[in-house]
Formats: sequence, structure tokens, C-alpha cells
Amino acid sequence: MTDSLASAPTREAILEILDTVKDPEVPVLSVRELGIVRDVEIDASGAVTVTVTPTYSGCPAIQVIEDDILAALTAAGITRARVATSYAPAWTTDWIDSDARAKLKAYGIAPPGRAESGALVQLLRARKAPACPYCDSPHTEIRSEFGPTACKSVCWCRSCGQPFEEFKAI
Amino acid sequence: MSAPSVLPSPPPPPHDEMELLLRLGDDRLVLGHRLSEWCGHAPILEEDIALANVALDLLGQATMFLRRAGEVEGKGRDEDALAYWREAVEFRNCLLVEQPNGDFGFTIVRQFLFDVYAVVTLDALARSANAEIAAIATKSLKEAKYHVRHSGEWLLKLGDGTEESHRRAQRALDELWRFTPELFAPDDVAARLAAQGIGPDLPALRAQWDTLARDVVERATLTVPQNASHTPHLHGGRAGMHSEHLGHLLAELQIVARSHPGAKW
Repeated sequence: MTDSLASAPTREAILEILDTVKDPEVPVLSVRELGIVRDVEIDASGAVTVTVTPTYSGCPAIQVIEDDILAALTAAGITRARVATSYAPAWTTDWIDSDARAKLKAYGIAPPGRAESGALVQLLRARKAPACPYCDSPHTEIRSEFGPTACKSVCWCRSCGQPFEEFKAI
Repeated sequence: MSAPSVLPSPPPPPHDEMELLLRLGDDRLVLGHRLSEWCGHAPILEEDIALANVALDLLGQATMFLRRAGEVEGKGRDEDALAYWREAVEFRNCLLVEQPNGDFGFTIVRQFLFDVYAVVTLDALARSANAEIAAIATKSLKEAKYHVRHSGEWLLKLGDGTEESHRRAQRALDELWRFTPELFAPDDVAARLAAQGIGPDLPALRAQWDTLARDVVERATLTVPQNASHTPHLHGGRAGMHSEHLGHLLAELQIVARSHPGAKW
């Protein structure tokens, strides 16, 4: 057993490693940029706990993300690590910062608007369709609130004719 | 073993808390499975994707509630053990969610009635004295809100649509409304949990549900069945007494896990 000789990893080093772990469905954003990583703890013995929160409760990517986090830590020589899950506070797209939003747009996904909190039963969709991430036109429409992954809706640009995805605000 | 002589206001017996978690988890597991039966069969592609998305959210919520149920029980059962290895009489879902899909209108009406129930329930549980339940409810409520927007908009389109869509939506409402009193039927478990601030106050929920559901039904030009209060109300799901439909659903849901115990994929 030689790993007790290795110096304990620092929190900063762990966060840097987590910056390299991308969301499998949105590979331009890291799990930190998405706000999935909520905490990193290193106990006295050097064991690492990364706390994550799920985006959508049924998102199949969550298991992959947990595996990817452990794989990235292992590859950096950190073998005594585990991933814990926390549900509160509930994940919101408001945690995605402006740099990350710019990356989403460059990738062709319209970034999320502000998460709404309001009436329990809100009918007759009044929300505005997002600007086209390709040509910036505001003349767009939401084709379907549900898309290929839980986090995206499907839109269409009337100006350039390009269908595009929107990261839903939640 | 001797009990300590003084107990500081004891926590509720785990049985009640587990019962509540099973009710919440099983509603979502069973309805999520029903919706997944539409995969590849919905009337239009967007709707196929939408129903599959809602199904996935419900299965995710079921996972959180059932995982917690297993923790509270403390016998080493995880969410998979609870989903795949219980018999129909051990399921605590309401009868509404196990009803077969019928046509698209029937599925939408069933979904709308449940979605309104889900938002009022989760909104109340987000303030539960039980922190774990409050956390799961807060997370699930975000999803339930866009679920009810989806099913509610469809109800308006179908009810206030063509003569045929109106007729089918009304037929579904006539058939399904009688399953809704069960959602708010009081029992000892619910009463104890409400008294402790852990579970919702069912009469208050029912009033809230009634106002929200009737408002959309009326705007959809549909009619709440007049004789609803006279028809025999269907109860039993919360106590494990189910319609014959649940057994068939579980056979399909559980067959792979039971045929290949411990398999990983």
C-alpha cells in the first residue's frame, strides 16, 4: 500500500479535474458549468466525496456522469472517491452562467431563459420562443416542448429555416 | 431490550412514512409504465416524444421515492427490489393510473386528472416536515408543472376541437372521473401523517384540485359527470386492492428482472 504516501488531493485540483468531465448529451459543457456538481469534500484521510444533483429526475445521463466523474478522478490517481447525490436545493438552469450560455449557443442550442415560478396550472403557453442560435432572428417558434432529451425543446427559425433545440428553463 | 423511560416526542413510526413513499412512488412507476406503452404508437412524432419524456420523468420520480422508501424500511431493499419483486397486492398506487391507455383522448384525460393531483400534492409536500420528502417533492414539482401544461393544453384542444375529439374526451372523462375520489380518500395513515405535518391535508388538496381541474374541464367545453357523486366510488389501491389491469401491467414490467435475477445492462 503506497497510496498513503501520496499527498492528499486539494479541492482546487479536484475541481479542475471536474472541469474536464463533460455532460454526455451536451458535450460543450462540463458538469461544473451545468451546475450538477454541488460540493467537493476531502476528509482527513484524503478520501474524496463529490456531491452531484440530478438535472431531470429521470435523466439517463446521470449514471453516465457519475461513472465519468469517478473515471476522471481515477485517471488522475485519485482512487478513494465516491459520488453522492443530493436533491435540495433542486437543480435549476439559472445556475448555468453567461460563459456557459455562450458555449451552448455556439453549439447550436438556444440557452435557457429565466426559470419561472408561478401558477400551479399554467395553460395556454404564452412563453416566447428563443432567438435562433444560428442567425439570431427573433422570428422563431416552438415546435414541441419535448425534445430528444429531457432538457431540450424543439424550435424552428422562420428566418433561416433552421430547426434548433432550446435548453428548457426549469 | 428495555425502552428508555422518557422519549422526546418520538418520530412517526417508519411504517407510515414508508406507506406514503410507496403511494407516491407507485403512482409514478405505474403511470410511467402506462405512458411508455405509447412509445412508437402515438398519433404524431412530437407526441410520441412528449409521452416518452413524461414517462421518463415519472420513472425518475418513482426512483427517488422508492429508493427513499427502501432506506426508511431499512431491510436492504432498493428501488429495483421494490419495483420488480413486489406482488400486485403490495402496490399502493391509486386505481386511476393503472387503467389501460384506451385511445389518445383517454390517455390525455387520465394524465390531466393525475397531473393536477400531482402538482397540488407535490406543492404541499414541498413544505413537508420531513426534509427528504420535501426535497424530492420540490424537485418533482418542477416537472409536474410542465406535465400539467402539456396535458391541459391537449384537453383544451380535444374538448374544444372537432365533434369526434370532443365526444372521445367526454367519454373518457365520464369513465375516469369516478376514480378521482380515491385520490383524496382519508385513511389512518394519511390522517397521522397530516397531523405531523409530514403528509398533505387531503380535504384541502381536494378543494384545490377540484377548482383547478373543473376550470380547465369547463374551458375545454367538457362536462364533469353530473352523477359523479352517486356512482359507487372506486377505492382500494392504497390498500393493495387493485383492478385486474395491474397484474397484467406488472407481468410485463417485471418479467425481465425476474427471469434474469441480478442481471446488469
